[in-house]
Amino acid sequence: MQKHYAPRDTIAPESKLFKPNLASRYQLDSIFAFILWAAVVIAITVLVILIATVLIDGLGSLDWQFLINNTSYKVEKAGILPALVGTALIMVVVAVVSFPVGVGAGIFLEEFSEDNWFTKIIEININNLAAVPSIIYGLLGLMVFVRIFRPISGGESVLSGALTLALLILPIIIVATREALRAVPDSLRMAGLALGATKWQVIWEQIFPMALPGILTGTILALSRAVGETAPLIAIGAKAYVPFLPASLQDQFTVMPIQIYQWVSDPKPAFHDNAAAGIIVLMVVLLAMNSIAVLLRNKFQKQNT
Amino acid sequence: MTTDTSPRKTNQLWNPNRDRSKRIQFIVKSIFAIFAFISVITTIGIVLTLLFETIEFFQFPEVNLWRFFTDGRWTPKFPPPNQDFGISVLISATLLSAGISIIVALPLGLLSAICLSEYASPQLRRILKPALEVLAGIPTVVYGYFALLTVTPFLRWLINPLLSPLGNIESLKTWSEIQGFNSLSAGIVLGIMITPMVASLSEDAIYSVPRSLRDGSYALGATKRETIIAVVLPAALSGIVSSVILAVSRAIGETMIVTLAAGQNPTLGLNPFVPVMTMTAAIVQASFGDNPADSISSKALFAIGMTLLAITFLLNIFSFWFVRRFREKYD
Repeated sequence: MQKHYAPRDTIAPESKLFKPNLASRYQLDSIFAFILWAAVVIAITVLVILIATVLIDGLGSLDWQFLINNTSYKVEKAGILPALVGTALIMVVVAVVSFPVGVGAGIFLEEFSEDNWFTKIIEININNLAAVPSIIYGLLGLMVFVRIFRPISGGESVLSGALTLALLILPIIIVATREALRAVPDSLRMAGLALGATKWQVIWEQIFPMALPGILTGTILALSRAVGETAPLIAIGAKAYVPFLPASLQDQFTVMPIQIYQWVSDPKPAFHDNAAAGIIVLMVVLLAMNSIAVLLRNKFQKQNT
Repeated sequence: MTTDTSPRKTNQLWNPNRDRSKRIQFIVKSIFAIFAFISVITTIGIVLTLLFETIEFFQFPEVNLWRFFTDGRWTPKFPPPNQDFGISVLISATLLSAGISIIVALPLGLLSAICLSEYASPQLRRILKPALEVLAGIPTVVYGYFALLTVTPFLRWLINPLLSPLGNIESLKTWSEIQGFNSLSAGIVLGIMITPMVASLSEDAIYSVPRSLRDGSYALGATKRETIIAVVLPAALSGIVSSVILAVSRAIGETMIVTLAAGQNPTLGLNPFVPVMTMTAAIVQASFGDNPADSISSKALFAIGMTLLAITFLLNIFSFWFVRRFREKYD
């Protein structure tokens, strides 16, 4: 379409000042478009190179022994089991804590809120918290959960780490809940209220079940973000070399990202391949979680049309 | 037949017990309100924690506010006469890596945003947008691995031969070699990580520019490129600038990439070829050591955190102010 322009002498032939210069302008257009596509290609290429590098480095070390072995100072024997168990345990506790609190807060803000100072302060805070670096949540967790509440949480323990991460992902769950609730048509609420139900009855029996797939999607995405978090757990004192499996919520622990971090920082290059294998395991877990979230979202969209 | 039609008497089976429902609603609403208030408590907790520990940090005799900001060394582990807490060392490293990351992320992110919103077909956009989002979802440890074990060797292989002649000049010695730990590769990978953020927020800004402006520009004879550069981008500028500021704030707060790739050697300066220690890396290093709660190095941890929070908070406030001040309203 851009190639078909009128020949130059038919455009304002009597004016020598009007120089449309169409050919050169369209040439610059082509160069511009090329640069744009180059940017996208570069970004995608880096992603591909990253994944390829990790796979090449790590697949060799990824075997059944790696998955079930305890960690060790010897490369051949070092495995990812404590980190895997730690991650799983932490995620369970994070989910149990953050799901009710986040969904409840989201329901409150979306369905029960009036326009007063209370809700305004809460909304401002949720927006602010999203911008706080994750390591600062770790410092908060260090002071509150590890030190002040040491008798309950057991210090640098699974419970402290899980509570810290739960605080971190709380804003994400709240926002996802609100979005899901917003997507439910208002007519349902009106109908329920018209039939004499209280607001909570309408929500619990009609609105919440309809919004549930969306809420679950958001929660799973929030949890998958928490799986990859390293800095807050390092700040609360999760050690990198933990040669045992946590047996209770008050035990010390490690998680996959921290184990990977320790292996990458190790001066012995053989551990770097272990790190790559650990990264593959971590990415598989994340891929599984994100796939579940996407499947849920598709089911949600089909259900609502 | 008497037909008493008042609802209570015609249907004896329906007993809604509204009082109970109302009480349940009140309890649930209160509990949920408390849950929502937890976000406020979190913010208060963060501020109070950092504030109190920082104040206690400055009460140590070895530390004073002036030296905190002006000292050129960060050596918390050295015994007292040599113990220095100069945070400008850490801030310079943080700004250096964040600066490099923006040099990478701004072109990549903005150009990708323009491409996806103006030039890509809907089918292509459905594939490319999620692909860019994957970049945002990769854990930062993985990026750290990539930066340390792939990007750094690559840069050293590529650039060190060009730089080695500089080694003969004494004052340029530190610029003659990209070392194993350096902030250049950390900054580049950091930029890759924040590119999806710049791209997605810029795309929102570009998308919200009304069609009438574009159509007017085309009607005046402008080409697509001219329209984008002269009409669409200036109109979306506040959103684009805000996306860059938010991305910088994310890059400043980022921990694992810089800890793994930029090293743990506190050096003041702007040389991207040498190991440096950012604020976040300093917190990590301190966390792995022994930190009795009353020790000065533990309090220093929180002082760094306070500075970090202040910087990111100011950046975010500035971003909000900027958007409010310069946003073009079209309806």
